[in-house]
Amino acid sequence: MSLNPTDDPVSQAPQKLDANAVRRVAEGRHADQSPLRRFLRANRPALGALAVAVLMLLIFLIGDPTVFTSWNVYRAVLIGLPVVIFVVVPLVFVVTVGEIDLSFPATIGMTGWVFALIVQAGFDPFLGLLGAMVTGVGLGFCVGWLVVYANLSSLIATLGMNFMLRGLIQIRTEGKSIALPNLPDSLAYRIFADQYLGIPVSVFWIVIFVAVCSLIYNRHRFGLRVHVVGDNPDAAQQMGINVRRVRLLTFAFVGFGASLAGVFAVFINYTWWPTSGESYLLPGLASVFVGGTAPWGGIGTVIGSAIGAFTVSFIQTGVVGVGLSGFYVQFFYGLIIILSLLGHRWNQIRYR
Amino acid sequence: MTDRIIELRDIRKSYGQVYALGGVDLHVDQGEVVGLVGDNGAGKSTLIKILAGAVRPTSGEILVRGRPVHGWDAAQSRAAGIETVFQDRALAVQQSITWNIFMGREITGPFGFLRAGKQREEASRLMREIGFTSKVFGPDSIVGQLSGGERQGVAIARAIYNRSDLIILDEPTTALSLTETAKVFHFVEQARAAGRSILFIGHNIHHVYDISDRFVVLDRGRVASQITKAELGSADALVRFMEELAHPSPKTEKAGKA
Ligand SMILES: Nc1ncnc2c1ncn2[C@@H]1O[C@H](COP(=O)(O)OP(=O)(O)OP(=O)(O)O)[C@@H](O)[C@H]1O
Ligand SMILES: [Mg+2]
Repeated sequence: MSLNPTDDPVSQAPQKLDANAVRRVAEGRHADQSPLRRFLRANRPALGALAVAVLMLLIFLIGDPTVFTSWNVYRAVLIGLPVVIFVVVPLVFVVTVGEIDLSFPATIGMTGWVFALIVQAGFDPFLGLLGAMVTGVGLGFCVGWLVVYANLSSLIATLGMNFMLRGLIQIRTEGKSIALPNLPDSLAYRIFADQYLGIPVSVFWIVIFVAVCSLIYNRHRFGLRVHVVGDNPDAAQQMGINVRRVRLLTFAFVGFGASLAGVFAVFINYTWWPTSGESYLLPGLASVFVGGTAPWGGIGTVIGSAIGAFTVSFIQTGVVGVGLSGFYVQFFYGLIIILSLLGHRWNQIRYR
Repeated sequence: MTDRIIELRDIRKSYGQVYALGGVDLHVDQGEVVGLVGDNGAGKSTLIKILAGAVRPTSGEILVRGRPVHGWDAAQSRAAGIETVFQDRALAVQQSITWNIFMGREITGPFGFLRAGKQREEASRLMREIGFTSKVFGPDSIVGQLSGGERQGVAIARAIYNRSDLIILDEPTTALSLTETAKVFHFVEQARAAGRSILFIGHNIHHVYDISDRFVVLDRGRVASQITKAELGSADALVRFMEELAHPSPKTEKAGKA
């Protein structure tokens, strides 16, 4: 079946024919095949997110050159950033598969709690990390089961789970936090949370996490299936993909990411609070979309979401650093979100 | 006896109160082209979706190469060498041509990572094989940018990749130009020559007559007739038979009662 509407390649070239275009067509090398163009096209959303981040940095830099040329501002952001990215990246998978997960803040709280309890009881923090991971993945499967097998709307079911899990934490702890003063002496702390040359080590771990997840998203069977299921679940099912399994696994993955976030959050202040994770709900979600993932499923970007998380995290520090009062923070959140979405609107074409 | 690829026995399918299929027997042997015809809503697509494992029958038995199968699903069907071009094409339109061709049957290396280079190569080869000569589209092109006929090409490319034993084509020529239609027929001929089987659904009786060896006429969820080309004699005989089904003349109605 030819997929060639006309056999005359020149008639398909753009109206404005320059010598180069004619040569390209004559050589049978369409723009599609140029590696640079292909790279740009494949990474348009992520590059868009990068442009937003750079633009924002420029504005802050012009606003207050002395503050924003000092490393301290960036370090402040870098310390908290990995925690956000650990949940934002798995959220890209969930959104791509066509669902949403609003239960991650409570999962961060729960898994951090498990970690704190284990360490408080005198066990090694590595064991605490393991316990947190198991808890996170388990909770992810529970949430996923409600959505995938009990057929509840993910928006509402995960919101309900978020309230319920947070409520459980509050009932059990009665609002009391857990301090772990000995945590900085542990090997785990040195590996995961210390600072070397002014850079938090957690940044190194988050770079690895983002790189591996990006590979899984773009170059792994699971990533392909996440895309296809989010794009057209009926087609995926007809081609023998276990649609429910893929959906369930994305929720489990969010639980896993949330457990890492929960533990890394405790590492920052050697303390777990019953509210841990709560403040990540809206910035976390915003990061996914500021990063260039489409809200309707089927397409997205992992690296873009990490950049989006940086942008969103930087706003708060930046607004205060520029000398504005904290009252401006929310306004700038909103502004950046709306502007990014407008930008991506033009970037993302929705094929049906 | 020739090899029987698949056999359905007394397959029923109901959607709530609606009976889409009310007890259908169907089989496809190695190397034959079976034409499945019937009115709109007769249950043709439902039947082939059951064959393809995309829909579960309410009741009935499925035998693959003589053996009854249980929990028949799309993955099993593809593993058994059955590929289907569905009426709605089953494409993920925001993804590349390559990903559409390989979805559900990815070429993977260590740890389940895709062998992206190999997949792209195979995709380009398939596209050339089915006459996708255009330079405008490459294996990375997004399916949503293709025309209806071109999307159809992707669905067919996917079905022929596996060198499967049975290819099911659900109205493959609707929305195709004459030359494209001719290519589909050429493809069916090639597949038959290679000893593969085809189950072909179409509304153009003359087309179906030309390429099929045997016909199954479906009427309101039941098999009204199974007849070979030799028994039928001409396309017009099939057309008359189907017209008769749609608007029974009083004479035959009486004959039927008697
Ligand atoms: N998912 C579904 N839910 C409810 N009813 C359905 C469903 N799929 C098919 N049906 C019903 O089953 C019957 C058979 O449909 P089917 O699609 O198999 O017909 P068809 O023979 O392929 O028709 P066409 O030639 O128009 O494609 C129709 O009456 C249809 O309304
Ligand atoms: Mg049909």
